[in-house]
Amino acid sequence: MAGVLILEQALNGLQFGLMLFLLAAGLTLVFGVMDMINLAHGSLYMVGAFLAAWLVALTGSFVLGVIGAVALTALFGMALEAGLLRTLYARDHLSQVLATFALILILNDGVKMIFGNDLALSAPAALAGPVELLPGLQYPAYRLLILGVGLALALLLWLLVQKTRMGALVRAGASNREMATAMGTDIPRLFTIVFGIGAALCAVAGALLGPLLAVQVGMGENILILAFVVIVIGGIGSIRGALVGAILVGCIDTLGRTLLQHVLREFLPPQWASAAGPAIASIAVYVFMAIVLAIKPQGLFPARG
Amino acid sequence: MAPAQPESDRAAHARQAAVLAALIAIALALPWLLRAFGLDFYLSLATRIVVYAIAATSLNLVLGYGGMVSFGHAAFVGLGAYVSAIMISEGVRSGALHLVATLAVTALAALVIGAISLRTRGVYFIMITLAFAQMLFYLANSVKGYGGDEGLNIRARALFSFAGYVLDLKNPLAIYYVALAVLALALVALARFAPSRFGRAVLALRDDDVRAEALGFPTYRYKLVVFVVAGALGGVAGALSVNLQGYVSPNVLHWTQSGTLMVMVILGGVATVWGGLIGAAVLLLLQEVLASYTEHPEFWTGWVLLAVVLFARQGLVGLLTARRAPRLS
Amino acid sequence: MAIRRIAGFVAVFATAAPSNSTNVTGVPAGSPGTPFCLPKAIPTIRRHRRRTATLHPKGLPAMSTCLSRPAAAAAFVAFGLAWAALPAHAADKVKVGFVSTLSGPSSALGVDIRDGFLLAVKLAGGKLGGLPAEVLVSDDQFKPDVAKQLFEKDIKRDKVDFMTGVVFSNIMLAALPEAIDNKTIYISPNAAPSSMAGKDCNPLFFAVSWPNDAYHEAAGQYANTRDLKSVYLVAPNYQAGKDSLAGFKRTFKGQVVGENYTKLGQLDYAAELAEIRAAKPQAVYIFLPGGMGINFIKQYVGAGLGKDTTLLLPGFSADQDVIGPVGPAMAGLFNTAHWSPDFTNAANVKFVSEFEKEYKRVPTLYASQGYDAALLIAAAVRDTKGKLEDQGAVLKALKAAHFESVRGPFKFNTNQYPIQNYYVRTIGSDGKGGLINKSFNEPILKNHGDAYVQGCAMK
Repeated sequence: MAGVLILEQALNGLQFGLMLFLLAAGLTLVFGVMDMINLAHGSLYMVGAFLAAWLVALTGSFVLGVIGAVALTALFGMALEAGLLRTLYARDHLSQVLATFALILILNDGVKMIFGNDLALSAPAALAGPVELLPGLQYPAYRLLILGVGLALALLLWLLVQKTRMGALVRAGASNREMATAMGTDIPRLFTIVFGIGAALCAVAGALLGPLLAVQVGMGENILILAFVVIVIGGIGSIRGALVGAILVGCIDTLGRTLLQHVLREFLPPQWASAAGPAIASIAVYVFMAIVLAIKPQGLFPARG
Repeated sequence: MAPAQPESDRAAHARQAAVLAALIAIALALPWLLRAFGLDFYLSLATRIVVYAIAATSLNLVLGYGGMVSFGHAAFVGLGAYVSAIMISEGVRSGALHLVATLAVTALAALVIGAISLRTRGVYFIMITLAFAQMLFYLANSVKGYGGDEGLNIRARALFSFAGYVLDLKNPLAIYYVALAVLALALVALARFAPSRFGRAVLALRDDDVRAEALGFPTYRYKLVVFVVAGALGGVAGALSVNLQGYVSPNVLHWTQSGTLMVMVILGGVATVWGGLIGAAVLLLLQEVLASYTEHPEFWTGWVLLAVVLFARQGLVGLLTARRAPRLS
Repeated sequence: MAIRRIAGFVAVFATAAPSNSTNVTGVPAGSPGTPFCLPKAIPTIRRHRRRTATLHPKGLPAMSTCLSRPAAAAAFVAFGLAWAALPAHAADKVKVGFVSTLSGPSSALGVDIRDGFLLAVKLAGGKLGGLPAEVLVSDDQFKPDVAKQLFEKDIKRDKVDFMTGVVFSNIMLAALPEAIDNKTIYISPNAAPSSMAGKDCNPLFFAVSWPNDAYHEAAGQYANTRDLKSVYLVAPNYQAGKDSLAGFKRTFKGQVVGENYTKLGQLDYAAELAEIRAAKPQAVYIFLPGGMGINFIKQYVGAGLGKDTTLLLPGFSADQDVIGPVGPAMAGLFNTAHWSPDFTNAANVKFVSEFEKEYKRVPTLYASQGYDAALLIAAAVRDTKGKLEDQGAVLKALKAAHFESVRGPFKFNTNQYPIQNYYVRTIGSDGKGGLINKSFNEPILKNHGDAYVQGCAMK
């Protein structure tokens, strides 16, 4: 019995971790390759979710809606990069913080003006039920879809970064930008594409998580911070690091949240145990980050040589 | 750079002194000015600006002058708020005790957090300070005894009694002047700090701490001192804010609050004495003004901030004190 | 140079000040924002020109005209003139400050309370109790500190006679001191925590909805009649959540195999559902209002728990705002409430038909509470013949509560919380392809007050 519970929570942690990875991957590339702090990354996640909700309602098809949202968000991201963010690469980190913070405000209210404060997004009816993974363990089909998509995208990204020419350029840019420019890489175009990929990944996460969480203005802010924690743990500029970091953070958060409550309930009233459990789990994530930084200051898989 | 003309120099100083005098006069007379126009509801907004100005100035100290990009400054402001709120909910109302407790707790927290964080640099310093603030956030969320995520309401406020007079911070005039006094002290201290020996040493190690270390400055210790002082001042701002609002919740510790303070500092002008006040005043007034005219004040606030970043590189103070003389480098 | 800029700041600050008092800031989701309005220079003169609220076709008070800005100098002169002529608050109309959650996943609750309230005002010709009514609506965005500031604005700047509207107990408890400290009456159309029923009771606070525990006490009693032996409980970790499960446990005679408090506003319940599966209860009882309930029920069904475990709900998680998004999975579920759309008393028949005509949707219990709140205020204004300055008389009239409530007979307890019946409802077909709540005739709890009234000093 306890085994089934732990297994189910582990699957939940993995699912959360994979979605976190999608956000962290884009963020680590942008930070690693372009050396830019982009606080508005969570807003791209929000834009992706809203576009997905809108398109799914428009077309009636979940698949079409998600694909459309991903494409549109990627285009939007690239336009944003080419139009505005490009001017910030040369500026110091503080200016980037101010500018991208301003961008969060603009996008939050901009989305509210166009779509309203929130939109409904439901999982496709075919996946609304459970799947029997093991006797006694019924896991929601939709979450299995998320797991599948997350793993597939992780694989795809790995292939992209390791096996393609563009991936090699990205890795070169992440590990030494000046050298990569000196060697003749068309940096501006590379940056735009990298940003577009990051935006697309955000959109996938936003669209897939939409039915589970709520598609609402401001949904990006909470998950953004966790994404930053993930890339610091994993190593800035490293996709592999983002994946490992995200899964670790997802599991620590989910497992800690639930299993700790069992322990705490032995000697705390239920209201206190329910409040303390998630709090300790969240603190544990940050403590874990501090420990990783203490042992390996550049993260688990540093990209910079 | 051409040598400054003594004539225009004196004129410039006279003008600056006049502006300062006018500002002080307006600040002191503000409650009556507002009442004269039937706007006395807005005294609480003015007090809120002053309190945020104190917090932003404290961040400017550590960020602008100290060169330490701390993304967890809300931890100290929030901690100060909680110390004061918890003391009141336990029945302790003496203002002097509040001040002492706030300073002690936030200075200690800043010492611990600073000691650990200052061993890192760059983006890792940013993340570690952020992490500590988030840890305090989750801690505040979990303490159900003091409200947890519902927050803590306080019905009474701190009292300052001296020479038979009692200053109850529930009185809008009292808290306005107390906050104003604290802000004035902070600004004066900051103005004296920059040109002082210690101040110039700190600025030197902000610009190039490797060289400063090579020259023999104890960089870690100096940075830690600045970090602790800034943290303590932030704590006082927090204590004032909870006495103004009567309510504190873990949200004051959230990273978006640190972000807002940072925006105020950058907006006003990093490493300037008035930067914190101007940034706080402009941001809060902007939000208030825009909220009256449009359903989407944040949208327009964002554009204004973007414009400042792109076109006013030195912040608003830089804009206000633009010099004709060519800049070096 | 610098002086001019600073003067500019001050001028902006001064001219910008009082915003349109009849501005509706809580625009429901989906509607476009208002165009960017420039201010008129002289807000105080605008005060003289203020008209009574006329109702917009959508049932919302009309927005003030947008105005143009003259030079700062003219503004200062005008202020000086107007200061001498500031009028005292005229008692020729009723001003109500309405602060509620109008955005976010649980906005449907606030929107419904507002729509019910404004419908009552509209049906009375824009009046409450014979006086023209001005309702200032604003959105607390589910944030206690925002609600506090909105209360302060409505009470201190706009000098309202009544405050009302808040949905959630934690937000209300944070903002209520603003009203109490400034001697303004608060009529709660929803949140009614146990603390305000007992030791913290206050003559200025009236709950026109139900005591927080009530629906849950009814549900516990209902679980007994269904012979359920083991139940797993879930509620958000705030005052109302605590009250809810305390209420259920007060009447329920079986065994509670799990008590899980989730984060207020949490939307992903995978972890909690795994726990429920492991605990194997006969029934699950939840208190998860608004968007929380919608997500939980969807995920509950998605996790395959609906087959072996009975899901019991309070009315908050089984009304139209949840039935719509969740869909057919809601059919057959039982829930408890003080009101149902199929009540046959005259006031309710009128309310439901007018609401459906005006807003093209079935009202939820939240809408009925907003409507009743307006009727209560109207009754007090009528019974004091509009003399709102005499607060003692107003309070007395409120406590007497001489109005026809849509729920049937209505009476206040000594702590100004209702004594009323509670019913079991089930979700069935509405005959038009949708689902609606249908009530059982016999109340499960009759003339039921609350468990905290003894702790209240008011008699």
